[in-house]
Amino acid sequence: MLHIKCPHCGMRSQNEFSYGGDATVKRPELNKEISDQDWDNFVYNRKSLRGKHWELWQHLSGCRQWIKVERDTATHEIFNTLKANEDIS
Amino acid sequence: MAQSFRLENAGLINREKKISFKFNGKTYYGYEGDTLASALIANGVHLIGRSFKYHRPRGFFGAGVDEPYAIVQLYRNGETEPNIKATEQELFEGLEATSVNCWPSVNFDVGAINNFLKIFLPAGFYYKTFMWPKSFWYKVYEPFIRKAAGLGVASIKHDKERYEHKYEYCDLLIAGSGPSGLASAYAAAKNGAKVILAEDKSRFGGSLLSSEVNIGNQTGKEWADSIISELKEMPNVIVKNRSQVFGYYDHNMLVMTERVSDHLPKTKKFHPKQRLWYIRSKEVIISSGSIERPLVFGNNDTPGVMLSSAAKEYLKVYGVLVGKKPLVFTNNDSGYETAIEFIKNGINPIVLDSRKDPKSEIIDEAKSLGIEIKFSYVVVAAHGYKKVKSADVAKISEDKEQLGDIENIKCDCICVSGFWTPTIHLASQSGNKTKFNENIDAFIPGKSKQNEKTLGSANGIYTLEETLKSSFEAGYELSKKITNNDNKVSFPNVVEKKSSVHDKFWCVPLPKGKNYKRFLDFQNDVAVSDIQIAIKEGYRSIEHVKRYTTLGMATDQGKTSNLNGLQLVSKIENKVVPAVGHTTFRPPYTPVSIGAIVGREIGKHSKPTRKSPMHYWHEKNNAIFVDAGVWLRPRYYKQGDENLFEASKREAKNVRTNVGVCDVTTLGKIDIKGPDAAELLNRVYTNAWLKLPVGKARYGVMLREDGIVMDDGTTTRISENHYHMTTTTAQAANVLSHLEYYLQVVWPDLNVNVVSTTEQWAGAAIAGPKSRDLLQKLFPKSNVSNEGLPFMGYMEGDLFGVKARIFRISFSGELAYEVNVESDYGNFMWEKIMEIGEEFKIQPYGTEALSTLRIEMGHVAGSELDGRTIPYDNSLEGLLSKKKDFIGKRSLSREAFTALDRQKVVGVVPLDKKTSIPEGSHLVKDSNAPLPNPKLGYISASCWSVEHDNPFSLAILKDGKNMIGEKLFVMSPLKNKVIPVEIVSSHYVDPKGERVRS
Ligand SMILES: [Zn+2]
Repeated sequence: MLHIKCPHCGMRSQNEFSYGGDATVKRPELNKEISDQDWDNFVYNRKSLRGKHWELWQHLSGCRQWIKVERDTATHEIFNTLKANEDIS
Repeated sequence: MAQSFRLENAGLINREKKISFKFNGKTYYGYEGDTLASALIANGVHLIGRSFKYHRPRGFFGAGVDEPYAIVQLYRNGETEPNIKATEQELFEGLEATSVNCWPSVNFDVGAINNFLKIFLPAGFYYKTFMWPKSFWYKVYEPFIRKAAGLGVASIKHDKERYEHKYEYCDLLIAGSGPSGLASAYAAAKNGAKVILAEDKSRFGGSLLSSEVNIGNQTGKEWADSIISELKEMPNVIVKNRSQVFGYYDHNMLVMTERVSDHLPKTKKFHPKQRLWYIRSKEVIISSGSIERPLVFGNNDTPGVMLSSAAKEYLKVYGVLVGKKPLVFTNNDSGYETAIEFIKNGINPIVLDSRKDPKSEIIDEAKSLGIEIKFSYVVVAAHGYKKVKSADVAKISEDKEQLGDIENIKCDCICVSGFWTPTIHLASQSGNKTKFNENIDAFIPGKSKQNEKTLGSANGIYTLEETLKSSFEAGYELSKKITNNDNKVSFPNVVEKKSSVHDKFWCVPLPKGKNYKRFLDFQNDVAVSDIQIAIKEGYRSIEHVKRYTTLGMATDQGKTSNLNGLQLVSKIENKVVPAVGHTTFRPPYTPVSIGAIVGREIGKHSKPTRKSPMHYWHEKNNAIFVDAGVWLRPRYYKQGDENLFEASKREAKNVRTNVGVCDVTTLGKIDIKGPDAAELLNRVYTNAWLKLPVGKARYGVMLREDGIVMDDGTTTRISENHYHMTTTTAQAANVLSHLEYYLQVVWPDLNVNVVSTTEQWAGAAIAGPKSRDLLQKLFPKSNVSNEGLPFMGYMEGDLFGVKARIFRISFSGELAYEVNVESDYGNFMWEKIMEIGEEFKIQPYGTEALSTLRIEMGHVAGSELDGRTIPYDNSLEGLLSKKKDFIGKRSLSREAFTALDRQKVVGVVPLDKKTSIPEGSHLVKDSNAPLPNPKLGYISASCWSVEHDNPFSLAILKDGKNMIGEKLFVMSPLKNKVIPVEIVSSHYVDPKGERVRS
C-alpha cells in the first residue's frame, strides 16, 4: 500500500485516496474551437508511461482535495506531491 | 502407548501439564509446549501423510515453517481447517487432526499406485496427459485427481471465529527474534526507538534455543530470556510471538499475522482467532534466519529422513528423539551439533561427512565423545517404506563422481545437513535485488531497495559474534537516525565454536544399475529426473522450469527445495547459479487464512448499511427492504398475503388515484454556495442556468467529457448565491468528486464551495392528485396553490414548528412535492404526513412502485443512464444548450453520436397485452432469423402499467425515432421467451405532461 504525502494533511495510506489520471492533461478552454484530433487527445489518448509520471489523486477519505503526485509507475516510488493549484515545475 | 521417544531430562516443555489429543482417530498424549509434530514423534508416529503426486509415505522433515510434508487437517472447537503444518501447530487439550492426501487411509493408499507407475508421471505429466482426450477431463480425470490429490478440505460452513485487523506505525519493525533480532531490538529500544519485534514461533530466541553458546556468561537461551523480559517491560516496545511477518509491500508497509488463539482449544470470548497487522515502519530489520538445506540421495523422502537442525530442535526444545539409531549425513559442521546432542542423551549416532579431512573444534569434540565418524562417505539411498530401516552408504571419490562399495547400515533416521540457505523472502519482496554468495552457495540480499536491512544468518553470516556485533550496531544506528538519541548499550562477550568450511557437494550420484528417485521438492514430488526432463524438453528460464515441474510451488514456496533446484539446473546447463537466477519470491511467505485477510469485513460489515431516519417506521409497517447501494430502502409495504407484484401495483395505483408518500432521503444532496455557483452549474449541466430565479428548481443533465450521460437531477436556487443540488442515489459520491475536480483542478478561479448534505436532510415525496390538498393541511400558513407554488417552484414552510423545504418536483409524473426537513425531524415529518394524509387515503410506496410510475411516464433513470448512452438516446436532446459550452459538449459532435439512425429510448408493449417482458431481453426484427440474429436494441426497464393495466417496458432501440408503430420481437434465450411486441412512445402516460402542472 502506497504512503502518500497529502500537501494538506501529511503522510497518509493509499486507501484514503482515489486515483484520478494524468495530471499533465489540460482541459481545453470552454467556448473555443478545437479540432477532432485535439479533442480526442484530451478525452481518450494517454501515454501510459513507464517511469516518472505526474498524476492526480483525490484525498477522498481525508481533506477531499485533489492533489498532484509524481510517482514512478514501475517502482511506485513517490518523488513529490503538490496542491492542485501548484504548477509542476 | 507411552511416549517412548521422549527424553526424561531435556526440552523446554511443561511436564506438569499432560495433554491428550487425537491423530487419525487414535488418542495420544503430549505436554504443554509441544507442537503436534513433537508430540507425535514422542509417540513414535512418523507416518503422517502421503505425497501430492505419487502418494509416497510422508513423515516429518523440519521442525517449523520450513516443513514441506507434515500438513494435516485440523479440527478445533467444531470447525475444520486444512493446510496446517503439524510442526507449527501447538498442542492443546482435545486437539484432533487427520492426514491429508490419502484415501482411504494413510496406511493403505490407493493413490500410491502412482508410485509404481511412476514412469508415466514425469515432469509436465499433467499438462501432457490430461489435456487429451478433452472430453475425459470433466468425467474421468478431474474427479479422480480431485479425490486423489489436494491438500485437505476447506470447510464450507460459515466461519464463526472472529478475525481482526490492526494498523500500527513504528520506527523499527524486526522480523525474527533470533540473535540478530534480539540484539538489534535491544539496542534500538534502549536508544528510544518505537520497536515492534515479531517472532513466528511461540518461543523467542530462534537458534539460541538449541545451540550451545555462551553470551555474557549465560547460555544462549538464558540471554534470550533476559533480553525479552526486559523488552517486554519497555513502553516503546511491542513484542509479539506467534506472529509471522509474511509480506513486504510498497513504502515500508509490512503485513503480519498474529495467531492469537490457534494454540488454545477454544478462542476466548471477545478475542479474535487471528489478527492481521498492517505495519508501516520507518526502518525494517529482517532477521528471519536461515533454513538448513537438504542433501539429495535415493529415496530421500522416506519418513525418518529429516533436517539435522530439526532433529536437534526436537531434542533440545521438546525433549524428543527422532530416532534411536540415528545416521547423520552432513557436508558441514552443523551435523556434528546434532550428533553431539544425541550422544549426550545416550544415543550413539554415526556421522557420514562428505568432506575428506575437515578440521574444527566441534569435530574434535565429537571425536573425543567417541562418535563414529566416516569421512568421504555419503548416503546413497534410504530403505524402508513407511519409515527408514537402513541406509546404503558408500565412500565417494574426491571429484564426487565415483561411489565405492555399497554398505548397508541399520538406522531408524537419517539427519541431513547440506549447509544453510538464508531466508531472503522479505528482502526480495521489498524489491531488493539479491546476489549470489559463493562462500555459502546461496543468495543473500543485495543493495537495499526500501528501508530494509537484513542481519545475521539471513544475510549469510554464520558466526554468532559477528551476528551480534552487526546487529547491536544496526539497532543503534537506525534508532539514532530516527530518534537522534545516543544511548549505546555495551556488547556482551561471546563464546562459540569455530566452524570449518562446508563442502559444495549436495547431490549423491546414482549407483550403477539403480534408478532411485532423488527428490528436490518434497511437497510437490519433484525429483532430479523431472528437472532433467524439463531441460531436455527445452525449458530454460528457471521460472518456466518451476511451472513445468511445479518445483518450489504451493504452500512450501521452495523453502527447502529452491537452491538445490537451481544448483541442478545450473549444473545441467553448465552455467553458474547466479546466471540461472532464482524465481520471484512473492508474498505471503507462509499461507495466510482467508479469514485473517477478510478480517471483520464480512456479511453486513463488508460495507456500512445506511438507514434513513424513517427506517424504523418502515420496519414497523411491514416494509420489505432492498439494497440500494449502501442504503436500505423499502421495496414495498406488504399488506396481508400480498406478493411484490400485487403490493407494488396497489401502491402505484394509489399514487395515480389518491396520494402516496415515498422516502427519498437516499437521493444525493449537494449544497453549493458562492458568487460563481450559477456559472459552475452552467458548465456542469447541459442546459442554461444563469437565469434561474431564486425560489425555482430546474431539471438538469450532466455529462462526462466523452459525452456520455453521467447523472441527472434537480437543482434549486435557495437564495442569490446558494443552490441545492440533488443527484441519483447511486451517483451521489461520484458527482461530488466530479464537482470538486472541476473546482480544484480545472477552474480554480471559480469561487464556489460544494459539500455533501445527503445525511443532513430527510426527504419525503408526496405524489398524486390529492397531494396539494394534503400539503395545504401540512402547511396551513403557506400558499401552496398552483399560483403560490407552481411546478418547479420552491418555498420554505413551517411543519408544525419544524422548518421545512418544499419543492414542487415530480418523478412519478403526478402532481407531486418533495418535503425536506433536518434528519432528526424525519420521522416526525413522516408520521405527520401519514396522520394527516389518512383522510386522502394516503399509502406509503416503495421503490418498486416508484419504478412503475417512472417507467410508464417514460422518465429515464439508472437503467437507461447506464454509462453507455448520450442525451439523444434518452430523448434529453431538448436540454442541450446551443448557446453555451458545457462539460462533454464537444464529444456530442462525434460521428457516431450524430448518426441519423442513432439508438433512442422507446416504449414496448406486448401484442397480447399480457406477457411481461424480461429486462435485458433483446429486440429483433425476425424471431426465426438464423443465428446470430441481429440485435436492434434491448429492454432497459419493465413494469406493469397501472394506468393501462398491461405490461410496459422501456427499451433502447436502434433508430428508435422512426420505429414507433413497428412490430418487433422480444427474445430472451435465458427465459426461453419470444414475445411479439409493438413499439410505442416512451411516454405511455400523460404524454403532454399536464398532470405535473395541474
Ligand atoms: Zn489531505
